[in-house]
Amino acid sequence: MDHPSPANESLETLQDIRRMMERSSRFISLSGLSGVSAGVCALIGAYIAHGWIADYYGNLVRGGVIRGYNDLHGSMYEDAQQLKWKLIGLAIAVLAAALLSSTFFTWRRARKSNLPIWDVTSKKLFINMLIPLIAGGLFVLGMLYHADWDYVAPTCLVFYGLALVNASKYTLTDIRYLGFLEIILGCVSMYYLHWGIYFWTIGFGVLHIIYGLIMWWKYERGGSV
Amino acid sequence: MKNPIGNLNKVFDSRIRVGVMSILMINQEISFNDLKQLLELTDGNLASHLINLEENGFIKVHKGFIGRKTNTTYSITKAGEKAFKDHLEALEGIIKGMNKG
Repeated sequence: MDHPSPANESLETLQDIRRMMERSSRFISLSGLSGVSAGVCALIGAYIAHGWIADYYGNLVRGGVIRGYNDLHGSMYEDAQQLKWKLIGLAIAVLAAALLSSTFFTWRRARKSNLPIWDVTSKKLFINMLIPLIAGGLFVLGMLYHADWDYVAPTCLVFYGLALVNASKYTLTDIRYLGFLEIILGCVSMYYLHWGIYFWTIGFGVLHIIYGLIMWWKYERGGSV
Repeated sequence: MKNPIGNLNKVFDSRIRVGVMSILMINQEISFNDLKQLLELTDGNLASHLINLEENGFIKVHKGFIGRKTNTTYSITKAGEKAFKDHLEALEGIIKGMNKG
């Protein structure tokens, strides 16, 4: 049944059209391993931050017993300032590591399937993802400026979720569901503020790893990537 | 019976022209360079097909500048959209007709 009939030719043309439409509108080289690596970076970062925060509160309690009130008040402020800068530095390092490692796996996948990594589709994905992310980033900086830490984790989760939902129109549609989960998690964590770091860890660490593994299983397992 | 391929548009015999039209159906506007990259073509080859589509009134050309470099973008016309949809329907018709036996 391999002889070219009008029907076979028409079918091939339609498949061509579909492929061109997909390729020109969606960036399909996004690798599941990118999600896994970003999740691992987040887990390591959260582990370090958790240690620092525990130390800080540990010192606070010990200090309260040993030092007088005035002394404690001064050093408490200094300790808090120091912790703040350490955490901001750590957050930047985690973001950089996550971006670099996830770009690497996606670049590798694009190269294996002979697709360009920087083309009209990845540009669109990048810009549309960046809009909610920059808004969220400025929002969080504003909170830090007002010395309000309580809502940082929920805000990160909600804005990141919105960024994913927005980006899902320009890449694999599956990231839409990851986006929904991040938004839900962010909203729920608003009511459990003291658990902020755990919610953050689930959203950016655990969910990324699970999502990445599912994506890898679904789209890349068969190939050599 | 009517000739099954009679409704196909001759302009869309070429895979490249079909490719250009498919891309323009879902992208409001796209630059020459992006088209070239998506279709994996050389400048000359793509340009001749674009001229053909333009002469048929299926696409519109916009010449602009980014700094001092020319930036030519393309978009689909109403006529182009209709012609391409008709072509798709004709293709579907052929497939359905053959399946019926």
